[in-house]
Amino acid sequence: MIDAAQISALVRDGEVHRDVYTSAAVFDHEMTHLFAATWVFVGHASQIPAVGDFTTTTIGVAPVVMVRHTDQTIHVLHNRCPHKGTRVANDPCGNTGRFFRCPYHAWSFRTDGSVAAIPLPTGYAQTPFKQSEAAGGMRPVGAVHVYRDFVFAQLNTDGISFADYFGPSLSSIDNMVDRSPDGKLEVAGGVLRYMHRCNWKMLVENLTDTCHPMVAHESSAGTAIAMGQALPGKHPAVEIYAPFMSPYAFYEGMGIRVWPNGHGHTGVHGSIHSDYSAVPGYFDQMVGAYGEDRAKAILDESRHNTVYFPNMTMKGPIQSLRIFKPIAADRTLVESWTFRLVGAPNQLLERTIMYSRLINAPTSPVGHDDQEMYERAQDSLQSDSNPWVNMQRLLDPDETDGTAEVNGTSERQMRNQFRAWQRFMTEAS
Amino acid sequence: MTDADIITFIRHEARLLDEQRFDEWLDLFTDDGRYWMPLDPAQTDWKLQQSLYSEDVFLLRLRSARLKSAKTYSQKPKSRCHHLLQTPEIDRRDGGISTWTAFHYLETRLDEQTLYAGWSRHSLVEMDGKLRILLKRIDLVNPDSAFGGIQLFM
Repeated sequence: MIDAAQISALVRDGEVHRDVYTSAAVFDHEMTHLFAATWVFVGHASQIPAVGDFTTTTIGVAPVVMVRHTDQTIHVLHNRCPHKGTRVANDPCGNTGRFFRCPYHAWSFRTDGSVAAIPLPTGYAQTPFKQSEAAGGMRPVGAVHVYRDFVFAQLNTDGISFADYFGPSLSSIDNMVDRSPDGKLEVAGGVLRYMHRCNWKMLVENLTDTCHPMVAHESSAGTAIAMGQALPGKHPAVEIYAPFMSPYAFYEGMGIRVWPNGHGHTGVHGSIHSDYSAVPGYFDQMVGAYGEDRAKAILDESRHNTVYFPNMTMKGPIQSLRIFKPIAADRTLVESWTFRLVGAPNQLLERTIMYSRLINAPTSPVGHDDQEMYERAQDSLQSDSNPWVNMQRLLDPDETDGTAEVNGTSERQMRNQFRAWQRFMTEAS
Repeated sequence: MTDADIITFIRHEARLLDEQRFDEWLDLFTDDGRYWMPLDPAQTDWKLQQSLYSEDVFLLRLRSARLKSAKTYSQKPKSRCHHLLQTPEIDRRDGGISTWTAFHYLETRLDEQTLYAGWSRHSLVEMDGKLRILLKRIDLVNPDSAFGGIQLFM
């Protein structure tokens, strides 16, 4: 156990104590406080189009199931039988019909979680079963909100509202959805699953770390540029790798925008995704759908990585997202998802699939470059020589957790995440 | 080209990988060759469905060059690997050669070693009296599992 004062002391302006990455007690507190109080991404409506369709995932370490109820609404339930605790839905996705049925004793539940039937009910007739915890069925999480088909859930009841929590950060989801001429996305292509032997926050912080690509990725992106020059044409992989080697001035100019509650993004003024080759026919489809001015405005927005605190990040220009699933203080599963822009050419799906494979797969050279840095840090933070991790770059002594736009090489977004972290970790639940 | 020649070729390919003789390994591929590890055993497409690897010869050469680069920190120290193959089965001889080879593959780095198992299917073609690889498709027994870094070639 660790108390609020101890947690609070782990974060100071521009520095965090190594325990935020290494301590099992801090990790447990994150699960019961941070991941319970915040809004966590659980899935996309396109994954469960029909009544009874479900996907299983976790909020923090808590198993949940997202399901399309008989009235077409989306519910998120704790994936635990109220009887003995058995996980009820065990597949990554499927269709359960109108009921979940626990495979242990055949207790069954409607897709809103309420108890539908229990075998031999007379066995409970003379008991105060109706007052028991079990009578509540598969408990719904505290709150669910579906925003443009993105499904978020909050474990706590009566926590911060969805609108207050995300506020202006929803503009990154808007831009990704607007990139479909039909205003619609579908999860497509399959999910890459990459295990890391490090704390989940190191990965999220790296998403707005613009001082590492030209150093850590020189081995992959630098080699790609050198070898690409010998090719007669432009290889699509070189187009994806090359911008990683952009100089510091490029990343400074990209800019970073931070929002309240730990959200923020790199790439306010263009990004490494700005100069990809045009896909034939796509712009005309966008003009047809939105008119020329609006189509240009949507496509000119080229945000790099948007962090939806605590553990989802997305890339609008290539319609992809990553979820950083905490498993233990030193263990994190990264899922990389890709989307089809409904009504747009298939080449855009092909490109995002190639991007994720080159950059975010367990087989990706760029992924290996990053993983090496996180895992070396996870190990070497055991050194007692200096218990503090530095994130002071371009620290403004007057900075708050409000909306701001800053130099693109600032570590402001990392500090923004830790300000939110400190607050949600120490509020009474 | 006898069946024994084909089996010798598959064994030799694995030896080149175990000995990290990547330039010689890359020369086994045709110019339009491909090294493919799907995410789904039923997968037929590498463009609109995700894969763990879907590499043309340029991407394979890029990986090989990266593994040797002085600034490749994930190879300091280097990974090593070991292939254990069953005798390849020759599924097709006419109009191209197809083989099926069950394998265990071990990749190690520092104090960790990870075992992968699966089946590789080679599509081979005879060019100037030598066998070349058109497609090496690798189906892991568990392609949907979460993996740590896989840095070398199966």
